[in-house]
Amino acid sequence: MLKRLIAAACALATISAAASAQATDLTGAGATFPAPVYSKWAETYRAQTGIGLNYQAIGSGGGIKQIKARTVDFGASDKPLKPEDLNAAGLFQFPTVVGGVVPVMNLPGIHAGQIKLTGELLGDIYLGAITKWNDPRLKALNPAVPLPNLPITVVHRSDGSGTSFLFTSYLTMKDPAWASKVGASDSVQWPTGLGGKGNDGVSAFVRQTIGSIGYVEYAYAKQNHMTYALMQTHQGTFVPPDANNFAAAAGHGDWSKAPGFYLLLLDQPGPASWPITGATFILVYKQQSNPEAGAQVLKFFDWAYKNGDPAAEALDYVPLPAPVKGMIRKAWIANVKGPNGQPVYVSR
Amino acid sequence: MTAAIDDPALSRRSPPKGAALDPVFRYACFAAATALLASLTGVVVALAIGGWPAFAKFGFGFFTSTEWNPVTEQFGALGPIVGTLVSAVLALILSLPIAFGVAVFLVEFCPTLLRRPIGVAVELLAGVPSIVYGMWGLFVFAPFFAMHVQLPLMSAVPEGSIWEKLTQGVPNGANIFTASVILAIMILPYMAAVLRELLMTVPQQLRESGYGMGSTSLEVVMSVSLPYVRRSAVGAVMLGLGRALGETMAVTFIIGNSHNLPKSLFDSGSTIASTIANEFNEATGAMHTSALIALGLVLFMITFVVLALARALLGSETRA
Repeated sequence: MLKRLIAAACALATISAAASAQATDLTGAGATFPAPVYSKWAETYRAQTGIGLNYQAIGSGGGIKQIKARTVDFGASDKPLKPEDLNAAGLFQFPTVVGGVVPVMNLPGIHAGQIKLTGELLGDIYLGAITKWNDPRLKALNPAVPLPNLPITVVHRSDGSGTSFLFTSYLTMKDPAWASKVGASDSVQWPTGLGGKGNDGVSAFVRQTIGSIGYVEYAYAKQNHMTYALMQTHQGTFVPPDANNFAAAAGHGDWSKAPGFYLLLLDQPGPASWPITGATFILVYKQQSNPEAGAQVLKFFDWAYKNGDPAAEALDYVPLPAPVKGMIRKAWIANVKGPNGQPVYVSR
Repeated sequence: MTAAIDDPALSRRSPPKGAALDPVFRYACFAAATALLASLTGVVVALAIGGWPAFAKFGFGFFTSTEWNPVTEQFGALGPIVGTLVSAVLALILSLPIAFGVAVFLVEFCPTLLRRPIGVAVELLAGVPSIVYGMWGLFVFAPFFAMHVQLPLMSAVPEGSIWEKLTQGVPNGANIFTASVILAIMILPYMAAVLRELLMTVPQQLRESGYGMGSTSLEVVMSVSLPYVRRSAVGAVMLGLGRALGETMAVTFIIGNSHNLPKSLFDSGSTIASTIANEFNEATGAMHTSALIALGLVLFMITFVVLALARALLGSETRA
């Protein structure tokens, strides 16, 4: 009996060893925001080429840790690393898709797109400086809207996330009081309000609490039909959040002046640019010890840039503008090299 | 036996097949036990090493400050610690009477036909995964609580009274009290099951003599059964408390996650487990990670003390 058990275990070990030797799947880990679109792309890519992608949505922080530990082929992060951090770790980052963060609220009788907000007002609301919906400053900006006499319940993220990073970076940019008291990070000391876990936690709280305001990724606001606010652009116009306005913000982004593609698409110029937009990034090593694996990663994303736009749009993401994709391809040639000093992948 | 060994014909036979493997079996069991002890020690050592930078930087202030600021890297654990203890104790207060009532009902009053179904129902409650409790709490219980308990209470309490202070807060059901209610539902089955086992150890003659003297059921339970198992009952209660202290997902969804000390029953707070669950994944600063690991060590110590007390109190009765 024991001999049979040992024989079976050995057979299993050899089979699994043989199977793993054949697998050429790419591995990636990181941000949860783009996980749905990466999965969709991976599914189609595997159907076309037979190469699979194993992506683990463990969060941007986890993605950065894993790529630094070299356990995955690429890392994914909503929060871009600064050029000095990239150089210190020997990493190269490039964006893949663009998304927007949308302030949502729950007010009786108010429907989506009725209320206008500016960055400074939003910052003061989140600081707890504005506590009621019929505050004079809100009324001045929205004279025609019947703002109720309700206290504002602030909802923020309890977990660290790229969404919070984008949101707090925007508030830091527009509201000096926020910049001095709180600052920008994926996890901050929120002065007031309650914390929901994940985008779904925040949207659940906002939907359940009358008089609440929160911030979620655009996909959540759209699919749950939440009441969003119009935000003021850099130019002073008020725009709703939708794919066109995110694309407008992405189009205005001056990627050529951003070393390491470190660019937050916040408060971009243009009459239609949604002010709280951001891209999500991929991290790979500049020096690829395994040029074959590195080439496969870049080939996957090149395929996604060429063929993945419809899938991304169907999932409420915004693809990058074509000129930016060209810039990224050139950057691959210049930055991601194998041991022989040659670029691992040249797009055709 | 000795005759068989003296017989030369029999002693020439080969030893039984199992004899060679017996020491292997013994060593395998010994290895399993030492592996368990080693992993426990490893956990404590890893927590201590990981949390050391935070303890070194903040010293005793780590336990007395409520500031949790990842941007300026100032961390204080008072908020989560207080939240953990308050929610666990509240959960205990809410569930203990019901657990006790279930146990007494099953032992004293329950018709034999209903005994198994109710017992199975209590055990099923124990088997529901905690994240399902969290989802149920967030999507079903919290709105119900906000609409039917919080809002009426908040509009009914007199202005400026102690009741108003106790019930102030955002009426959306995400607060320490609802988290305690969910925790109470989760620890109810364990306590009910253990209390029932304990009450069944009370000798029949003792109970019969109580009834024989004319006592009511209440008097028999309170004056005969309960004193008999008092020490182990406390142990069962502490077992439930230990479970409530470490509960993560059910609490994270519904406690509101604010690091300040809760100012009223209906204010949001946080627990150690919910703080770690929320922030550990994304904590890229070394001090942030260290503070979270230090929190983990604190929770480990609290739970260890509670469970050790529970084992000590329970062990004397159930072994006999």
